Amino acid sequence: MAVSESYISKLTAPVAQSGQCLLFLFRMISSIRFNASQLRAVLQQTYLIGARSLVIIMICGFFVGMVLSLQAINALEQFGASDQVSLLVVKSLFRELGPVLTALLFAGRAGTSVTAEIGLMKATNQIEAMELMAIDPIQVIALPRFLAGLISLPLLTAMFNALAILGSIVFAIGVMDMDSGIFWSKLQNGIYFYKDFIGGIWKSLVFGGLVSLIAVYFGYTAKPTGAGVGTATTNTVVLSSVLILVFDFIMTSFFT
Amino acid sequence: MRPNYKVELASGIFLLLGIAALVWLAMRATDYGQGIGKDTYQISARFTNVADLRVKAPVKIGGVTVGMVDSIVLDPVMFEAVVNMNIASRFNEIPSDTGASVLTSGVLGDRYINLEPGGAPDMLVDGDEIFITQSALILEQVIGKYLFNAGSSEKPQ
Repeated sequence: MAVSESYISKLTAPVAQSGQCLLFLFRMISSIRFNASQLRAVLQQTYLIGARSLVIIMICGFFVGMVLSLQAINALEQFGASDQVSLLVVKSLFRELGPVLTALLFAGRAGTSVTAEIGLMKATNQIEAMELMAIDPIQVIALPRFLAGLISLPLLTAMFNALAILGSIVFAIGVMDMDSGIFWSKLQNGIYFYKDFIGGIWKSLVFGGLVSLIAVYFGYTAKPTGAGVGTATTNTVVLSSVLILVFDFIMTSFFT
Repeated sequence: MRPNYKVELASGIFLLLGIAALVWLAMRATDYGQGIGKDTYQISARFTNVADLRVKAPVKIGGVTVGMVDSIVLDPVMFEAVVNMNIASRFNEIPSDTGASVLTSGVLGDRYINLEPGGAPDMLVDGDEIFITQSALILEQVIGKYLFNAGSSEKPQ
C-alpha cells in the first residue's frame, strides 16, 4: 500500500510542481507596482541580464550568419540559385534560428546566474531575513529579474538577427563577391513583415517569459545547500532548453 | 548623481540599441514599407485562369510596379477568376482599353499582372473593369500540347 502511494506521489510531483510554478507566476504578476523603485530595480537587472549578455549574443549571431551563408551558397549553387542566399538565411533566422538560438544562449548565460544568485540568497538566509523585515522577496528579488528577462530576450534576438545578417553580408558579399543590391531586394520582396518578422518577435517574447520564469522559480525553490543550488542551476538549463524547443514546435504549428 | 547611475545608463543604452536593431530589421530586411502607399484606386479584370497568382502580387506596367493584387475571387456564374487590384493614385492616366495578362517573372518566378496600355482617350477610374485579358500560361498544358502535336505530326499523311 505504501509502495503504490509513493509511486502515485512520484507521478503527481511534476504536475504539482508546475502548478506551484504557475501560482508563483501569479504572485509575481500581482506584485507589479508601477513606481520608481521597482522601475529602477528592473533597469538594473536589465543591465545585468540583458546588456551583459550582449557580447556573447553578438559574436554567436555573427558566426551563425556566416556559417548559414556558407552552407546555403554551397547548396544553392548546384541549382544556379545562389542569388536566393539572403532570402534563405534571413527567413530561417527570423522564423526559427534567431529566437531559438538566442533563447538557448540566454538560458545558459543569464538563466543560470539568476538561479544561482537567488539560490545562494536562500542558502544564506537573506530571503528569510527579508520576510522578517516585512519585505516581499517575490516583489523585490523575483519580479525584477523576471521582467528584465522578458524585456531583454526580444531585444537580444533582434541584435542576434542583425549581427547574423551582417555576418551573411560579410561572407556573401565580401568573400563570395555577390551583388549587394540583389541581397537586399530579395529580402524586401520575400520577407513578410507579419508572418516572418512579428512571428519571430512573438516567439522570443514567449521564450523570454519561459526562461526567466523557470530560472527565478528554480532559484526560489532551491534546497538551501550548496548541492541544492547546483542541482537547481542544472535543472534551469535542462528544463529551459527542452521547453524552448517544445514551445517552438507548438507555437510554429499553431500560429503559422 | 545616484551611485548606480552608470548601470542605469548602460541598461538604457542596451534598450535603445535593441529597439534600434528591431526597427532596422523591420525597415531594411522585410517587406514593411515596400507597399504602394495608402492612396490607391481599385480596378478589376476577369481571367479564365490565373494559375498561382497570389494576393499582394505586383501589378506592373513596362516592368515597373504600379500596384498590387488586392483579392482574387471566383465568379460563381461565369466560373472566371475576378482579380481586384489596387493601383497607386499617381498612376491615374491609364487608358480604359488597357490589356491585362498574367505573366511569370523568370522561368520559375512568381506570377504578376502586366498591364499593356492602349490608346483610348478616357482613363480607368475607381471600380472600372479591364476587358482585354490574357490568362496565365500553364507550363503543363503547353508541354501537353507540344507532345500531342509532335505525336500527330509523325503520322504518315
